[in-house]
Amino acid sequence: MAQALRAAAPTELDGISVSIRDLSLSYGSVEVLGDLNLDVQDGEFLVLLGASGCGKSTLLNCIAGLQPATEGQIFISGQNVTWAEPSERGIGMVFQSYALYPQMTVEGNLSFGLKNARVPKDEIRRRVARAAETLQLEPLLKRKPAALSGGQRQRVAIGRALVRDVDVFLFDEPLSNLDAKLRAELRVELKRLHQNLGNTMIYVTHDQIEAMTLADRIAIMRGGKIQQLASPDVIYRKPANLYVAGFIGSPPMNLLPGRLEGNRFTGPLVADVTGYDFTTRPRGPEVVLGIRPEHVRTGAAAEALPIRAEALVEVVEPMGADTLVWAQLGQTPFRVRMDGESRVRTGDRLSIGFDPASLSLFDAASETRL
Amino acid sequence: MSDAAFPARAATPARTAAPRGRLLDGPAGVAPTRRMNPKRIMVYGGLIVFSLYYLLPLWVMVMTSLKGMPEIRMGNIFAPPMEITFEPWVKAWSQACTGLNCDGLSRGFFNSVAITVPATILSIAVAAVNGYALVNWRFKGSEVFFTILIFGAFIPYQVMIYPIVIILREMGLMGSVWGLVLVHVVFGMPIITLLFRNYFSSLPPELFKAARVDGAGFWGIFLRVLVPMSLPIFTVAVILQVTGIWNDFLFGVIYTRPDSYPMTVQLNNIVNSVQGVREYNVNMAATLLTGLVPLTIYFLSGKLFVRGIAAGAVKG
Repeated sequence: MAQALRAAAPTELDGISVSIRDLSLSYGSVEVLGDLNLDVQDGEFLVLLGASGCGKSTLLNCIAGLQPATEGQIFISGQNVTWAEPSERGIGMVFQSYALYPQMTVEGNLSFGLKNARVPKDEIRRRVARAAETLQLEPLLKRKPAALSGGQRQRVAIGRALVRDVDVFLFDEPLSNLDAKLRAELRVELKRLHQNLGNTMIYVTHDQIEAMTLADRIAIMRGGKIQQLASPDVIYRKPANLYVAGFIGSPPMNLLPGRLEGNRFTGPLVADVTGYDFTTRPRGPEVVLGIRPEHVRTGAAAEALPIRAEALVEVVEPMGADTLVWAQLGQTPFRVRMDGESRVRTGDRLSIGFDPASLSLFDAASETRL
Repeated sequence: MSDAAFPARAATPARTAAPRGRLLDGPAGVAPTRRMNPKRIMVYGGLIVFSLYYLLPLWVMVMTSLKGMPEIRMGNIFAPPMEITFEPWVKAWSQACTGLNCDGLSRGFFNSVAITVPATILSIAVAAVNGYALVNWRFKGSEVFFTILIFGAFIPYQVMIYPIVIILREMGLMGSVWGLVLVHVVFGMPIITLLFRNYFSSLPPELFKAARVDGAGFWGIFLRVLVPMSLPIFTVAVILQVTGIWNDFLFGVIYTRPDSYPMTVQLNNIVNSVQGVREYNVNMAATLLTGLVPLTIYFLSGKLFVRGIAAGAVKG
């Protein structure tokens, strides 16, 4: 049956590992995913990022075959797997809650999938040994999951995907149950794993740090639609719309509403945006100017910059490496990230400045980037 | 419990290593708890009274079953026997007359075992698969199916007695042990299915998803992933079914014949026999013998039973 379902590979899928065509999913009248198109390159690390309820986990479940789609097609490694069983798709999946089989040892967990696929015994032993070595699980093979720590459990879960020798790895918020320190460690381990294996990985998270550090490309989702699909750098520097601009970055980008006439912006501050790299011409005069707190210069460094203003300091949050300043620009709240060495106090007047090249302009009506 | 709290509090550096040291007067360290206070006396007193109230009949039964008839006629039902005899127990087991047969409860015991064991195994096997399918393999109309099944638990037995007589007669099972097994399997279905459905829906759905990605099918996931981690709920189901089926009288008296009567029906025939002298000691021994099986089950599985009941009740 698998053979019949897997239609001949269209040549246009060369070099593409996972291809999603016009995928829709609705529960009754509620649309969870709408007409979604996405191509994931061979060996790419793609992160699906979004707030809860944006459809990112649902999309991953559709790719895994755990959630049947209402419309559209899914291709994995050139095969049409839209109707295929999860085990026939050439995917491995890692879940947030680890989902280890509690009554089996680590070894049993790793070999369960291979036993189901009727892989010969010594082949199973070989693959389990290799995965255990890659993930440093050898001393734990005879233990039950209950006797493992969170990080060890998640490594076993990754190992379960690893032994199956699949083309595509799917991760559903794999680090969200771990504490901050362990999360940072496993993040690096995952990145190393990807570099060594070179498999395609699709990774769902709501943590933008994970997304920025791990991804080759990030797909930011909202309401079942992809808002922007680009490299972390582009997402950070050139957000495609106001939602992406507000979602990425912590603290988020300062967004100042105002009017744009020619190259002159008038709002909480007046700015000449000559030097800004417009993607389209503005449709109306109403715009939103965005500037990241970390791109704002202060004091003497601000004097040399084309756009300057003065802000009133309200709250200072020293965080060691840097200091976050919550200020007022006229009546508008404005955040500045300063060097950890700088000494600012509540009530100070802070002279700020920034470069037009580092700002973002959005059309106020359509909320898209200009 | 207060012992466990002691080292933790003593180790708090802010208290012990305070630069000025402790003040000499005033309370320090663990607060003392009094062993006896009015609240505890009330609680324990109440518990003791209630357990006496429930244990007294058992005491009377055990004592009476160990006395001979002359001693019983003297009255003093609470007094321990002056001369202990096991004659009534032997008679209840192997000689007491139940209707036509005079071979005691032994026949009924083996009939009850022959009914209870297959009925328990079959009903739990089917209900566990039902519950699993209802949680993890939802099909169109599965919720409606479940509602109808649960509704079955609320229909009074009396309504179904005669239709079942006809069904069993048509199947040729009327009066046989297997007919009664079938009846118990069917009547156990709603509540045991509910039990398993609730337990399986409390397990993380990712476990099921992971097993599907690992290529396990309907039976593979059930038998190799879910069943091994369901010991508590299987224990509850076994206890509910064994005690329920063992204690059943109504179905037993209706759907079986004298040679296939379960133990409860035989007990009734011994105790309620109208000929001759009422042998209270034999009656008591027979009752204790019949109650021994459920009692043993409760004693053996107490802890698991509570854990399983709690596990099954987590999610509706």
